[in-house]
Amino acid sequence: MATTIDSPRAPRIRRRGINWEKWGWIYMRVSGVVLVVLIFGHLFVNLMIGDGVKALDFAFVGGKLSDPFWQWWDTLLLWLALIHGSNGMRTIINDYTHNRMVNLTLKGALGLSTVVLLVLGTLVIFTFDPCPVGAPTDLLPSICGDL
Amino acid sequence: MATVVEKAPATAGVVATASPLQSFTVTLIIRRFDPEVDEEPRWQDFDVEMFPTDRILDALHKIKWEQDGSLSFRRSCAHGICGSDAMRINGRNRLACKTLIKDLDISQPIYVEAIKGLPLEKDLIVDMEPFFESYREVQPFLIASSKPKDGKERLQSVEQRAIFDDTTKCILCAACTSSCPVFWTDGQYFGPAAIVNAHRFIFDSRDDAADVRLDILNDKEGVWRCRTTFNCTEACPRGIQVTQAIAEVKQAILRGKP
Repeated sequence: MATTIDSPRAPRIRRRGINWEKWGWIYMRVSGVVLVVLIFGHLFVNLMIGDGVKALDFAFVGGKLSDPFWQWWDTLLLWLALIHGSNGMRTIINDYTHNRMVNLTLKGALGLSTVVLLVLGTLVIFTFDPCPVGAPTDLLPSICGDL
Repeated sequence: MATVVEKAPATAGVVATASPLQSFTVTLIIRRFDPEVDEEPRWQDFDVEMFPTDRILDALHKIKWEQDGSLSFRRSCAHGICGSDAMRINGRNRLACKTLIKDLDISQPIYVEAIKGLPLEKDLIVDMEPFFESYREVQPFLIASSKPKDGKERLQSVEQRAIFDDTTKCILCAACTSSCPVFWTDGQYFGPAAIVNAHRFIFDSRDDAADVRLDILNDKEGVWRCRTTFNCTEACPRGIQVTQAIAEVKQAILRGKP
């Protein structure tokens, strides 16, 4: 009497490869939370502490970018925000372009500009010279005097 | 019961004599499309005499029966259960049989059109097949091939039943799916209604195939396309918290079990 009923349909065969759509979704959630901390930390340090927005000049930025802590803070900010933003743009492109060629072209341009901006930005953060030779000393950060 | 029945006619009589309902003229602008004549849908306006307690469905009936017999729309039970008459009323997906005239601003004309995102067939009728196709994809039936524990029944506690109570209310009217901006632009997306009906079985303790359904919805066109715009929750005539149900399915996929 003990009857076992077979499943009505053959079990689906799992697709091979990484589930990009899922990881994209998780990335948006995780990076979103981290970005809230990074962005508000960035804004607080640049605009609230000390003289506020009036303190912003070459010396201020140069000083910040010569500190490894801020170098990595800015690198993280750059990568997380840029990929977060371009993934959002990818969604919008998918929403509004139905022509396959236009869709692929726009997404290609988006991917290319993202890569270029990431490389350029990272390069600037780590190769930035806060004390260019021959610059007027009153514009340079205080650390330059020691050199 | 007896006291209620005795009281009822007396109260009704008082109300009827004191304030007879005032009827007024309502303008409906309906998006018409006759595939045999029209190239493109066109808007046509109708003036109908309505009571505040009438529904949009009554207005459509009045137009069809008294003014223009060619007006086409679906309706079956006319009481918000069959899910046939979902349409876009003043830009929002509603059941025509549950939308009262008094809840709308009748100083303006009322715009009525077919739900979006599904192929338009005639006037307010769309082809529901793509909608039902994605509904069938999620296997919306109880799959229980294992033997029940000691005995013949699969017992379920009140708490176990409560988990998926909300999603059992779906009447498949397509108001949610056809209000979803992702579905408008990408017909491959399963859509809220299919996910709601998958949710109903994924979280059912008697069901054995949750992993199969989670795997189906983990697809490229599955739950990850949802971007929580809450249009579906707003549109649902049964008050199902659709977006929350989708979020619960997402969490279940990440956990790997319901």
